[in-house]
Amino acid sequence: MSDITADVAMTELADGLSEATEVVKGAFEIDRSKAVRFGGLLALALVFISLVGMPVGMDGRQILYWINPDVYVNHPDGQGLSLGYVALFLWPLLLGWAVGSEVVLEGMAATKRGAHDLVTGLVVGVIGGLGVSVLTMLLAWDREINPENGVPAYGMRDPLVNWNEDLYILLTFNRGWTFALWAWPLLAGLLAMFGAGLRLMSDPIRKAIVAALLAIVAVSIFQFLVDDLLGGLGETIADPGRLSNFFGDDPDAGRPNVDSVFDGLLDFVYAKTGGLRLQGVIFVGVVAAGLSLLGSYVTRGRVKAARQAYLDRPVAERTTSSAIGMVVIALALIILPFFTGKIVNELLANVGIFLLLALGLNIVVGLAGILDLGYVAFFAVGGYTTAVLTSAGRGESWPSWVPLFVTDDGEAVVGGWIIALVLVMIFAALTGLLIGAPVIRMRGDYLAIVTLGFGEIIRLLFLSDWLKGYFGGAQGITNIEGADFGFLGTVTGVNPRSVFYLVLFFSAIAIYVSWRLERSRLGRAWMAIREDESVAEAMGINTVNMKLMAFVVGAVLASFSGAIFSAKVGSIFPTSFLILVSIIILVVVIVGGMGNIMGVIAGSLVLIGVLGGPKQPGLLQEFSEYKLLIYGALLIWMMLKRPEGLVPNARRSRELHQEEFLQDAWLKGEVDTGDDEGEEGDAVATEVAPA
Amino acid sequence: MSERLLDIKKLSVTFGGLHALRDLDFHVDEGEIVGVIGPNGAGKTTFFNMISGMVTPTSGDILFEGESLIGLDPNQVTQRGIARTFQNVRLFANMTILENVMVSQHCRTKQGVWGALFNTPGFRREEREIREHAEKVLGFFGSRLVGYRLEQPASVLSYANRRRLEIARAMATKPRLILLDEPVAGMNPKESAELTDLIGKLRSEWGFTIVMIEHDMNVVRDVSDRVVCLDHGETLAQGSFEEVSTNPEVIEAYLGRPLEKQS
Ligand SMILES: Nc1ncnc2c1ncn2[C@@H]1O[C@H](COP(=O)(O)OP(=O)(O)OP(=O)(O)O)[C@@H](O)[C@H]1O
Ligand SMILES: [Mg+2]
Repeated sequence: MSDITADVAMTELADGLSEATEVVKGAFEIDRSKAVRFGGLLALALVFISLVGMPVGMDGRQILYWINPDVYVNHPDGQGLSLGYVALFLWPLLLGWAVGSEVVLEGMAATKRGAHDLVTGLVVGVIGGLGVSVLTMLLAWDREINPENGVPAYGMRDPLVNWNEDLYILLTFNRGWTFALWAWPLLAGLLAMFGAGLRLMSDPIRKAIVAALLAIVAVSIFQFLVDDLLGGLGETIADPGRLSNFFGDDPDAGRPNVDSVFDGLLDFVYAKTGGLRLQGVIFVGVVAAGLSLLGSYVTRGRVKAARQAYLDRPVAERTTSSAIGMVVIALALIILPFFTGKIVNELLANVGIFLLLALGLNIVVGLAGILDLGYVAFFAVGGYTTAVLTSAGRGESWPSWVPLFVTDDGEAVVGGWIIALVLVMIFAALTGLLIGAPVIRMRGDYLAIVTLGFGEIIRLLFLSDWLKGYFGGAQGITNIEGADFGFLGTVTGVNPRSVFYLVLFFSAIAIYVSWRLERSRLGRAWMAIREDESVAEAMGINTVNMKLMAFVVGAVLASFSGAIFSAKVGSIFPTSFLILVSIIILVVVIVGGMGNIMGVIAGSLVLIGVLGGPKQPGLLQEFSEYKLLIYGALLIWMMLKRPEGLVPNARRSRELHQEEFLQDAWLKGEVDTGDDEGEEGDAVATEVAPA
Repeated sequence: MSERLLDIKKLSVTFGGLHALRDLDFHVDEGEIVGVIGPNGAGKTTFFNMISGMVTPTSGDILFEGESLIGLDPNQVTQRGIARTFQNVRLFANMTILENVMVSQHCRTKQGVWGALFNTPGFRREEREIREHAEKVLGFFGSRLVGYRLEQPASVLSYANRRRLEIARAMATKPRLILLDEPVAGMNPKESAELTDLIGKLRSEWGFTIVMIEHDMNVVRDVSDRVVCLDHGETLAQGSFEEVSTNPEVIEAYLGRPLEKQS
């Protein structure tokens, strides 16, 4: 009997062993070429980012700072984690995750996840890390310490600007290149393995971990925003009397300084010199993970179901509830600036100016499908027209009958800006017609290039010596008065909150305009033109007129933005209207989601608010040097992965994913297969019967 | 004598060295259904393209209701009252079926930016009329294009239904003359018999005059008052279906030259 048990035990053991060896063997059955490919990509990415200077540039910003929070050290010898390191560590994580992705075809079993995923991730990371090791080796080899003053010099500094001691210290963790040699492959390998490992976890766990990581980074990166918001809100809670200055320029005017009720929390989470404390990391991570788990387990599918239920409701009802949603959002936006400081308000004002531009361009590109690369021209026309009408510093050549809404003692005339705005509108519309009329007959690429040219022409006109007496050439126009609305107050750049409100008002108009036009006869005509211009024309649509109309509406909206811009900044120069502005607005529209108002709003918040506009700083000031790089990378990535944008327009994503859409519709049985239902079948039956 | 709706005189067009149409004389009277036949590449579609303003003729004249159409843009031709369908169905695939038909009433409606922005009574009335007309036109094809289908994108339709929607779209422009380019191509016999019926009704119930290019001789025979045969850009024969279909030149164009004649 004991023999038998022993036998059984033996066989079980043997089974177990062979299973274990299977697992171990399986772990090494990885797709080598894929792993090497991703590893190479990772190495390239890391080396590229290092040489571009991102890690060093962003090293000053601490993300985690738990060891010695009160001393500022640029290269923290392991005292914390700077944004510079995050910019590097992010990639092994991402590529480790990405290498495990696979396309699962309908009817095919997905390959089993297992240890081999981890090994693949490890391989990817190690290869990528080796790339950095090689880079540090090269740096070390090129590093020559001047025997006299002990300062290291680098031979290759000349072509590679960032090939310097800072990079060396950062990449070697200030521990010498031999340390980096093994540390990088190990570190990157572990990170990539972790990234790959995320795929092995159950959904809720993975979501919780990702939420915690994102929250930690976000809370840290947006420290300044959190500070500002919680600070303002906390002060208001501590001293509600603050709100009595609701319509004043400064809520704190004449009131004693109060401490925000959130000060304790903020001090608990953040270190004085920036970055999260260890307790802050744990706190934020736990809260985020907890919320995420709560979301997964408690609400389960309910949110999704509610969303589906909403989408299934008839369009009319949906319009009402989205209108209610809009009102709620609008109210929130109106109250928001009272809880935020000057800098955030400034930021919001900038976002608003670009949002207004993006909404206008969205009508041109998103609705009518006209790729206008010279959109900045109308922004410039709006800005300059306002400047000419409201600045005593305008060029001398203007005849006296051109109105100037400035009083003799150099104050803005009450309501002058509004009158100026009417003229601005007329001018913008005329410019739109003037540029549009010859251009609009062209299609696609030709049109894009020609509008690009016209955009530059307008800027060069403002810059030219020829019109210097009017527009001041390169010196531009200064001393532009703010917009004085009498008892409602004056909008100037000094008070970004007022700019925010002005811009909010005009954005609301722009949203209303796009929303109404899209659902009208014009909107349908634009849609048809976008789909097939020659057929649209054959169906009786005057395509030239319709396109011109979109062009002009867009021009007018851009000119509003220009008018606000010049009242805000107080001076304008041709350099405010570079092609770059057109491009960035276009990127905002594309990344946000062309043809979708919510998308455009999301795009402006994310791009202009977080990264910053062409000249305006965003929340991530550390990134401002790499802004264009990030814009470009984001655009490329979006075009590849999500061409319909962050918040897609249903119709546009259908256009872009026609095949998938049809496939889905087919699977759901919505496609019309051609065999006619009911009546037809009967007809056949009766026809057959007599025979 | 009934009114001469469309009168085409010595119409020619060349693409490079190719005479796609040569000195074509052709006319359509009010209320007629005229079939246009001819082998592939005969120039039939080019003929339609010229009437609808998409191709400019090299010489000749096209008179519609006594006025020349030469030099008009396609949208102006549609505005005058000529609508068309396309041989290779060209719907606005991502617009819904309803929208496809609504948008083609564009030249019969006039509300602009103002009406749309302020939702004026005029705007609302016009929108309602557009929609009602669209549903009426779609209803002409039975239950296939209405109901839940109204809000579906045109791309989910079956081939036959896409052809029907093309006709609906042409009807919605409120034309006097409809040009149908191979309306039953790709349909099975049952479907094409049914559509032949509907083409008859387009005239009897809606009062449209119709010119139809068609390869399916059954359809041409059943519905046309008169048939024109084109070949290599020239008119081979005109007359009743019997006359044209028994014309030796027409048979030759379709079947090739009999052997004994060749030698
Ligand atoms: N835009 C164009 N440019 C050059 N050649 C053209 C053009 N359009 C038509 N053609 C030529 O003109 C001739 C007539 O073409 P068309 O399409 O009118 O023929 P069709 O009678 O409609 O033929 P099918 O029965 O195949 O539809 C063909 O040889 C065609 O290649
Ligand atoms: Mg043809």
